[in-house]
Amino acid sequence: MKILVAVKRVIDYNVKVRVKADQSDVDLNNVKMALNPFCEIAVEEAVRLKEKGVAEEVVVVSIGPKACQEQIRTALALGADRGIHVESEKMPDSLAVAKILNKIVSEEAPQLVILGKQSIDSDNNQTGQMLAALADMPQGTFASEVVVDGDKVQVTREVDGGLQTVELTLPAIVTTDLRLNEPRYASLPNIMKAKRKPLDVKTPEDLGVSLDSKISVLKVEAPAERSAGVKVADIAELVEKLKNEAKVL
Amino acid sequence: MSILVVAEHDNKALNPATLKTLTAAQAMGDDIHVLVAGEGSADVAAEAAKVAGVAKVLHADNAAYGHQLAENLSALVVSIGKNYSHIVAPATTTGKNFMPRVAVLLDVAQVSDIIAVESADTFRRPIYAGNAIATVQCAEDIKVITVRATAFDAASAEGGSAEIETLDDVFASDKASFVGEQVAASERPDLSAASVVISGGRGMQNGENFVLLEKVADKLGAAIGASRAAVDAGFVPNDMQVGQTGKIVAPDLYIAVGISGAIQHLAGMKDSKIIVAINKDEEAPIFQVADYGLVADLFDALPELESAL
Ligand SMILES: Cc1cc2nc3c(=O)[nH]c(=O)nc-3n(C[C@H](O)[C@H](O)[C@H](O)COP(=O)(O)OP(=O)(O)OC[C@H]3O[C@@H](n4cnc5c(N)ncnc54)[C@H](O)[C@@H]3O)c2cc1C
Repeated sequence: MKILVAVKRVIDYNVKVRVKADQSDVDLNNVKMALNPFCEIAVEEAVRLKEKGVAEEVVVVSIGPKACQEQIRTALALGADRGIHVESEKMPDSLAVAKILNKIVSEEAPQLVILGKQSIDSDNNQTGQMLAALADMPQGTFASEVVVDGDKVQVTREVDGGLQTVELTLPAIVTTDLRLNEPRYASLPNIMKAKRKPLDVKTPEDLGVSLDSKISVLKVEAPAERSAGVKVADIAELVEKLKNEAKVL
Repeated sequence: MSILVVAEHDNKALNPATLKTLTAAQAMGDDIHVLVAGEGSADVAAEAAKVAGVAKVLHADNAAYGHQLAENLSALVVSIGKNYSHIVAPATTTGKNFMPRVAVLLDVAQVSDIIAVESADTFRRPIYAGNAIATVQCAEDIKVITVRATAFDAASAEGGSAEIETLDDVFASDKASFVGEQVAASERPDLSAASVVISGGRGMQNGENFVLLEKVADKLGAAIGASRAAVDAGFVPNDMQVGQTGKIVAPDLYIAVGISGAIQHLAGMKDSKIIVAINKDEEAPIFQVADYGLVADLFDALPELESAL
């Protein structure tokens, strides 16, 4: 079967982002960018399914500016077979992303689509679910285990109460949680090989999807900073302060 | 127009996140309807009808809704969604699962995880693991919104007397089915709603050592949480993870033990009223947000804390 993996270029997870002085957005100038960690887990899962012989081909798609091709190449170096870049200077909202991905799904007809559960920039946690509904596919979100068996997939999901397992009829959508797998590091030869793997470029217009959004950002502010408090010498002082100063005991 | 709040529950009782979501909904408008979809969930519908400020309860009871499968629940919500100006649910794993489907099937964008309601169409929400707060305006005719429950007070559970209307339409996808669940049974308060939380990180070294936290938690009536590193290492189950991608908590007292204070962890707990950090590394970033920091070996500090309480 064919697996489609959607990946996003985001700020590196180690970077603490700053808000621009004019409060129009966060400042991403000269900030290190990377593959969204959950998307990396999605690529790894697809490649493992290929290595197990469950899948024949892994296609990765990313939407965004030209620089996204770096992240597509990263995914190719991790073992994906070919890339699709939907080029757009403007970052679309999740609704438009889901519509674009739905067009790619109808072109590519994958049996399984794997996405990260959320991107660590907008923290929306929407795209996979939206795509599932648009493509009329069942969904297994926040996956910590994925087992493909014939025309079904069993997905174990990380939920607030613990774990839940659902069974879905393929084609289906899976979104990844942190414990699904631990992604490999790309080897140098694989990074070199990735440069020669096919990468197709399209635009949202080619796919007939408008990027107009009904959601506008009015302002982006820094959160109220907590200031560091005091160091206590020992447990006795801690308990005393919690009782008499903070009054939480 | 009216506002629809989709209740979160376990077929027996309303989840406290629902009451907090109702407070957020009340800031958007006043004719509030609550949808209770479940199986054998009549008690929940009755409970929802008593909540102050609820005008009507819609009750859909069928095996299809017993486990809150996103495919079925979203189809049900969409079937009545056009009657509402806002569709609101808590940003729990259930809400996160079905709400984006509701949005896309109504062809509208969704606003996730709001922490404040500025007006009926303008909301504040954290982005970048809470390192920035965006104020967003939503111009959709139907606003689909998930709510970060810890940012709102609970609506009063008593004082209402809403009528309960039964919804008979059944939406049951044949493409998705529930297989099973592993639910951690605990006598402790619910992590997301507890007023005291004590969390352990990689510094705990193994799962057995969490007993040290449990003893303190017993004295404080606290819930127990963990960092991602502690969950990944298999010390404790996933439902204990606090952070950007785990549970968001905002208790009166949060005690972080053997946790370094990565931004992803801070994202889940920095709105706690008082933060205590116990860490043997005085440079650990957790001390930058802690009201009270104790530089100590946790294996000494925890037994001492237990006996001091
Ligand atoms: C996409 C993504 C999402 C993430 N989401 C989350 C999330 O939701 N929640 C989360 O927590 N993390 C999350 N993380 C992980 C996060 O970046 C950190 O790796 C993690 O929080 C570290 O956990 P820790 O503090 O327990 O471990 P460490 O960083 O290893 O810290 C252990 C601490 O224990 C102290 N210590 C060790 N021994 C002792 C002792 N005997 N006595 C006292 N102190 C001791 C050490 O000094 C150290 O400060 C995420 C990461 C990514 C990439």
